[in-house]
Amino acid sequence: MNDIAAPTIEYGQLAPMLLVFGAAVLGVLVEAFAPRYLRRSIHIPLTLAALVGSFALVLVQVFVSGVPTSPAAMGAVAVDGPTLFLWGVIAALAFVSVLLINDEDNFVAQAAAVPGSADEEDAEIAGFSQTEVYPLVLFAVGGMLLFTASNDLLIMFVALEVMSLPLYLLCGLARRRRLLSQEAAVKYFLLGAFSSAFFLFGMAMVYGFAGSVGLSDINAALPNVGGQEPLLVLGTALLGVGLLFKIGAAPFQAWKPDVYQGAPTPITALMASGTLVAAFGALLRVFWVALGNFDWDWRPVMWGVAILTMVAGAILAITQTDIKRMLAYSSIAHAGFLLTGVIATGAAEQNRDALSGILFYLLVYGITTVGAFAIVTMVRDAGGEAGHLSRWAGLGKRSPMLAGVFAFFLLAFAGIPLTSGFFGKYAVFSAAVAGGVLPLVLVGVVSSAIAAFFYVRVIVLMFFSDPAADGPTVVGPSVGTASVVAVAAAATVVLGVFPEPMLDLADKAASALFVR
Amino acid sequence: MTTHYLVLSVLLFTIGAVGVLIRRNAIVAFMCVELMLNACNLAFVTFARQHGNLDGQIIAFFVMVVAAAEVVVGLAIIVTIFRTRRSASIDDANLLKY
Repeated sequence: MNDIAAPTIEYGQLAPMLLVFGAAVLGVLVEAFAPRYLRRSIHIPLTLAALVGSFALVLVQVFVSGVPTSPAAMGAVAVDGPTLFLWGVIAALAFVSVLLINDEDNFVAQAAAVPGSADEEDAEIAGFSQTEVYPLVLFAVGGMLLFTASNDLLIMFVALEVMSLPLYLLCGLARRRRLLSQEAAVKYFLLGAFSSAFFLFGMAMVYGFAGSVGLSDINAALPNVGGQEPLLVLGTALLGVGLLFKIGAAPFQAWKPDVYQGAPTPITALMASGTLVAAFGALLRVFWVALGNFDWDWRPVMWGVAILTMVAGAILAITQTDIKRMLAYSSIAHAGFLLTGVIATGAAEQNRDALSGILFYLLVYGITTVGAFAIVTMVRDAGGEAGHLSRWAGLGKRSPMLAGVFAFFLLAFAGIPLTSGFFGKYAVFSAAVAGGVLPLVLVGVVSSAIAAFFYVRVIVLMFFSDPAADGPTVVGPSVGTASVVAVAAAATVVLGVFPEPMLDLADKAASALFVR
Repeated sequence: MTTHYLVLSVLLFTIGAVGVLIRRNAIVAFMCVELMLNACNLAFVTFARQHGNLDGQIIAFFVMVVAAAEVVVGLAIIVTIFRTRRSASIDDANLLKY
């Protein structure tokens, strides 16, 4: 009988991720054993410390122990330059999102109480709060970290679910407008489960083709297996459906506006930033590492998807009347801009430029998004956040500071020079031009111009129309929210005026491409 | 030999996918998703047999665990919305649009 060799796990390399998962498990124990009045005050430091620790461990790997050059955990997880960069970005974005989540009462007092019932009223009077939110967020963040780093389709599938399942629940936990929130959760869940079933079937087809689900094994099998192309084509298409759904690319974008609008705004901030970053990490890994030599087949389809995504995002955003839906469509358009970078593959040098552009773009877009959603939480009506755009009219006259910062974030989304968004777009589009996808870049520039139109429309609405007599109130921000807005604004300015150090860092992260 | 199993798996997957798209009840739609996952399992096991390695069979176990976790979360969400609306119909959930 053969002995089974024990697998080796590089705990040092995986530490940033294991720390987050460990803290999430601790959080569950806190829920089980700590008395109700203590839970919040234990969860907050625990969650924040885990994210800071995770970020610090990433820094240690980058600057002290050096970037690993081979996959960890028996080839299942690849901790390489891009992974470490994205881990840092996700940990930072999750940290600011948690400051927002922690703020005041965005979450339902008791999720099990039917909206409008006596139970709900009792729960609110008793001052309950659903503190399970914190461990759920940590599990979702852990899933994101694993999703970007997975070097194996099985791990990627598990990470996808670990990331998504807590988010489905979190979407349904808004304190106000609970019907919308629950509806968002149902829609997100059914569509998300549907798309991951497609991912799984694609994985089965690719396994049938290659006999393995390791990304590098699939790459190695590409030239060697003849007569099995239908399996590979079908598998690639279905894997693509699953991944493109997660980034919200057209024609799989339908869930995004609904979910972004219905979910509690801090959770929307986490999804719009962290999930997008993680999903792009995974998309790049599948299409560059596993299917990099199959690009003649997937590239034309990806072209169509990118064009459709950019155009649909920009045009549909114009017709929106809800601020969160508008930001959702803007996020769809941005996913399209990022896809131009994914398509711009070529020689190794070219790939490096495209990758570093994407990494930088993800960072600047994520941080600006969290800032924008933080401001959305502050503009309130009697029944909760003032979502409808008409309620934002004249906001610039009543609270110039808040409206000014929001206008600045919108300009960054539009990619105006001197904001971080400009350099993000510039980095991705210039890499795309060099990669020979000029027509895509032209579509990108045109849809940026269309997008700029509706960003400017909101700015005009805020500053040049008269405020309604019964306009929304702008709540004084808590320390957490104020610091989120301040950090996001500062990052948007600094990366817009002085982007060199961060661009260098992204270049360095991308220099060795993905390990195989 | 394994072709029959593959055909069955594709059939099951298609029935599941069509079911998700046309059924109105959230529970039934969700059961169709589960059917799709099981079709994937059948494909994995078939390919494992075809390639003569165990990866596919191991993956099937992982998929079962993930599917179980998904059931927990999914039923929680569906039961919540049923208690609120007294209906599990997906068509009734129509507040979020445009």
